[in-house]
Amino acid sequence: MNETEVTKNISNNNKKHIKISPPAIAMLIAVLLFLLSGLLPAGYSTLQGAIRQGLNILRLASFIAIIGAGQTLVIISGGEGIDLSAGPIVTLGALLTYMIINGQNNLILPVLLLVIGVGAIIGLFNGLGVTYLKISPFVMTLGMAGVVQGALILWTKGYYDGRVAPIMTQLMARDLAFGIPGMIFIWILIGVLMTLLLERTRYGKQLFAIGVNRIAARLSGVKVRGMVVITYVLAGAMAAFSGFLLVGYTQNAGPNLGNQYLFPSIIAVAIGGTQMSGGKGSYFGTIAGAIVIQLISSLLTTMQLPQALQQIIYGSLLVIILIIYGREKGLRS
Amino acid sequence: MPEKKKINIISWLKAFNKKYTIGIPLILLILSSFIFFSLQTNVFEPGNISRLTNSNFRTWLPVLLLTMGQGLVLIGGGIDLSNGSIVSVGNVLLALYVTSADEPWLNLAIVALVIGFGLAAGFLNGFLAVYLGLQPVIVTFATSFIYAGLALLLLPSPGGAIPRDYTNFYRNTQYLAIPISLIILMVLLLIWGIFRHRKYGRFLYAVGGNPKAAYTTGVPVNWVKISTYVLSGFLASLGAISYSLLTGSGLSGSGADMMLPSITGAIIGGISFSGGSGSIIGAVFGGIILGNIRRIISIVRIDSWAVTLVNALVIVIALAAPGIVNLLRRKK
Repeated sequence: MNETEVTKNISNNNKKHIKISPPAIAMLIAVLLFLLSGLLPAGYSTLQGAIRQGLNILRLASFIAIIGAGQTLVIISGGEGIDLSAGPIVTLGALLTYMIINGQNNLILPVLLLVIGVGAIIGLFNGLGVTYLKISPFVMTLGMAGVVQGALILWTKGYYDGRVAPIMTQLMARDLAFGIPGMIFIWILIGVLMTLLLERTRYGKQLFAIGVNRIAARLSGVKVRGMVVITYVLAGAMAAFSGFLLVGYTQNAGPNLGNQYLFPSIIAVAIGGTQMSGGKGSYFGTIAGAIVIQLISSLLTTMQLPQALQQIIYGSLLVIILIIYGREKGLRS
Repeated sequence: MPEKKKINIISWLKAFNKKYTIGIPLILLILSSFIFFSLQTNVFEPGNISRLTNSNFRTWLPVLLLTMGQGLVLIGGGIDLSNGSIVSVGNVLLALYVTSADEPWLNLAIVALVIGFGLAAGFLNGFLAVYLGLQPVIVTFATSFIYAGLALLLLPSPGGAIPRDYTNFYRNTQYLAIPISLIILMVLLLIWGIFRHRKYGRFLYAVGGNPKAAYTTGVPVNWVKISTYVLSGFLASLGAISYSLLTGSGLSGSGADMMLPSITGAIIGGISFSGGSGSIIGAVFGGIILGNIRRIISIVRIDSWAVTLVNALVIVIALAAPGIVNLLRRKK
């Protein structure tokens, strides 16, 4: 090894050290965007105002991140995994909660179980279709999204009537303590649980393993199909649970409640450095990504850009993130 | 002896299906068409069959064109989730600017613009998915948002009116009792039939089946793959033109409901998600089967609140069917 090669190696190593992880970059962007939003005419001017706005952004971002939790798992599992049925499942969870609870506190627990169960069953169908029937996850879950939406229409017949339980309002729509919204506490709890699930459990380890290389994982004793099915079941259950939380905040449910969160939640996962091809990612990344996407969305709203332009910007943003993070190796290399 | 003959038919069909991979789609096509026609009253009145054929094919042509494009992309080992949004943009452009039959040159220029947009959007998809090596599923999903946003930006609320002369031509023209939509379809299939057994067709199947092997034997893998996205964009722009001629007006979300059927049709038609197998004519058969099923559903008059669910279930079951058949076959 001659001298130039050695220096080259050293500089390569240095480069690796300097490299900041995507979640950290996302957090940095979030902070910058937040400071930038203060400069806008409609932005905050005092410290008090800044804290208020920050908390508000965090509260709105919490829904994107919580809906993105199941999405993170599915995307990490690899095999082009994605859950597009999450949108309608959120709506379904919200509507079940809204219409069955109907203002009764004592029904919260049974309905919560029902909601999670229904989400899990839908997820089970997704998982079985993806593994045993070898349907592309995107297509399978998109088809399932249509089925869930159709079932919603048949069930409600366009008539949405109900009320959220008072405890839920207290917990999800109001400030809980120190002027901090209850949703943020719930979000922190979910964040801790998700991180433990991914980093500290057998399931988490195996999830990353199947995301990196399914054949290698199978050969080292991971039940790949079972893992994939469980992941979709979890994603379905989590999406439905998000619907339960969401309706507690909005106090109102309609036929398209969840759909508006689907694409932002996917972009949030991507911004957070979770690789779209699987095997790499973290829930902290999704949290950071959710804050970024919420800030961008708030900025676009204050600038009064039309919905269409917002859609174009989201799409372009995803393409850019993919170009930065998600390149697969070409045939030549 | 009749039993032996039956076995012969089955084994002949198996051989036929193996050779062309359209045996099962063909049976389903004949079956679904038979059910569709048998549900119609007075089919045998003169002109009724051709009237029904016309009304079916002029409605199906946009989706069938998309299905052909999707089939090409799928055979090449990719997937195009933005074809519906390309239709939306084309439809909006046509509805906005093709307003008078007195300006044929302007209208022709708009049609060229729509086709140009389809080609460009397809090329962008191909460039991102193939040249930059991004996952086709997620990247075409992302571009679909860009195109759909563009359509919504151009035409925020439904509107526009395409001259009646043009729409009537598309809706009612028949040659020898064959509607023009079916003629367009057959011409395109014929063109593909020519290319299928030449260099391009062989390259395409090689690339979809095993890109590495194709690359080492000197097939320009990237260009072949990109070309499938471009063709898909092109066919989507033709889909936009036929859709606009069918409805005569513009709707920013017009293509949104065509993307999933285009994939489903291709899958029923014997094309697999893994690429390298199936055929375009099979995909078209698949699209027609799907169309027949939808027509049958609308004829049997189910509860109108259940229509969305039933249509979605048809899509999911159709997607699942090839997988279920495979599972059963392996169990044997």
